[in-house]
Amino acid sequence: MSDLKALYQEIILDHNRNPRNFNKMEDASCSVDGYNPLCGDHYTIYLKLENDIITEISFQGSGCAISKASASVMSTVLNGKTRAEAGVWFENFHHLVRGENKSGNTLEEFGKLAAFAGVSEFPARVKCAILPWHTMKNALEEKKETVSTE
Amino acid sequence: MNTLTTLEKPTSIDFPAERIRRDFPILSASVHNHPLVYLDNAATTQKPQQVLDAINRYYLTENSNVHRGVHYLSELATKKYEAVRGTVRKFINAGSDHEIIFVRGTTEAINLVAATFGRKNVQAGDEVLITGLEHHSNIVPWQMLCEEKGAKLRVAPINAIGEVLLDEFASMLSGKVKIAAISHVSNVLGTVNPVKHMIQMAHQHGIPVLVDGAQAVPHMRVDVRDLDADFYAFSSHKVFGPTGMGILYGKTRLLGSMPPYQGGGDMIKSVTFEKTIFNDIPYKFEAGTPHIAGAIGMAAAIDYMNQFDGDALQQYEHTLIRSAHEKLSAIPGLRIIGEAREKAGVVSFILKGIHPHDIGTVLDQEGIAIRTGHHCAQPVMQKFGIPATARASFAFYNTLNEIDDLVNAIHKVKEIFGHV
Repeated sequence: MSDLKALYQEIILDHNRNPRNFNKMEDASCSVDGYNPLCGDHYTIYLKLENDIITEISFQGSGCAISKASASVMSTVLNGKTRAEAGVWFENFHHLVRGENKSGNTLEEFGKLAAFAGVSEFPARVKCAILPWHTMKNALEEKKETVSTE
Repeated sequence: MNTLTTLEKPTSIDFPAERIRRDFPILSASVHNHPLVYLDNAATTQKPQQVLDAINRYYLTENSNVHRGVHYLSELATKKYEAVRGTVRKFINAGSDHEIIFVRGTTEAINLVAATFGRKNVQAGDEVLITGLEHHSNIVPWQMLCEEKGAKLRVAPINAIGEVLLDEFASMLSGKVKIAAISHVSNVLGTVNPVKHMIQMAHQHGIPVLVDGAQAVPHMRVDVRDLDADFYAFSSHKVFGPTGMGILYGKTRLLGSMPPYQGGGDMIKSVTFEKTIFNDIPYKFEAGTPHIAGAIGMAAAIDYMNQFDGDALQQYEHTLIRSAHEKLSAIPGLRIIGEAREKAGVVSFILKGIHPHDIGTVLDQEGIAIRTGHHCAQPVMQKFGIPATARASFAFYNTLNEIDDLVNAIHKVKEIFGHV
């Protein structure tokens, strides 16, 4: 059970049960769909950008606890960040869940995102954690095509 | 719970599952410090020592390329390899060894029929008929064929418990349908289709029928002549044999009229740069060096299965399925997907508020292997309005205790996700 607790940390379970910013944004600057055909996870990420700053971020959709919590935590972390900062967090998060933390950041610096460090022990679930971030990145770059993990 | 009417009450459990388990070395493995509970048999089955020994023996003492060789080993390998056709013929009660075509698996068998019989007989405006519970491997080859030919793929729908609507199936049978392709047993819902009856219905319209038997052969005695199937496909690795090996059975009359599948060695009688004369069946469909060890391993698996009384085996598995149904459906918030009156092999389920992927991860940590996802049957998921299911699938080496392990682990899943 200890490995499971490392994966399903309280923050993740909480965000899965009560996802934050879980709504459709009618006046989004951009929105992109993300899809994991393997398990059917499907999310839409909405961004509002003003002068290169993410002033609002929300999402909708359904999927496993890891992907939903990842989208939810991401939405709380990226609010108010610049485009460039969001790009850096995208890279850092990638490394974190792949267990290859190259940023030199301590887990504390990852804040709430540190809850996803345990995902690296579950290779089959890395895609679940990353899907919302990939989708966000495409929205940031204003690419419209659906993101797929396959 | 009043489904599964064909299943008798679960009393007859005097099947020697515990003894049988000792033939399967991997079943005594530990996973995450728990004894392995392997409930992913619809994906692939484990292999008994007898199969492993046969493959090993072949490579150790008999390895050579088959056909045409004049030396001792080649003749030995050819003899052993060709004898497998007889083993398979008896296993499915086909009429003749040359009706047994060696392929890589069920998927290739279906593609072979689509690419040969299909290309020759399906033309623009024609139809191919399948059902609503098919695996992607019995959808996509026909879709590709229909696309190429300008033909139409028609789908006989299923009802809410996962049974094909036979009236709808009947209404779709017409002169336009050039072939019907149906699963014997659904890999997601466990539904046993009344294929014998469906074949009779199709034959009344002169329509040949391919049966995808991948999920049936591990669980029941299949008699292709009793079914009167025109084509029957299954995979070795789902019947305790090696991967990369499978069987296409076809009636002589149909196979004889079909063009070859792939070109190459072994499928020819003579070749000049001007003209090639193709070999007879079954070799016409078997280009290149075959999976000799795979065939020999599969024959060992069939020999292994033949030691059991088919009825006793089937009855034992019904006991497992029925027990799984009863115990799982007693869990609050759990919904079983697929409640056909006759089922075999698999029990799919979902838990309220918990994604199947999360169920799979927690169960894995308890040493329990199940499959989660769409099971290569996305149209079935769409029909039930769900993205995925968790699927426990059984073989004769599973036990009632393992079903209790599964149930206990599902309670753990609910604890973790706060749905106690």
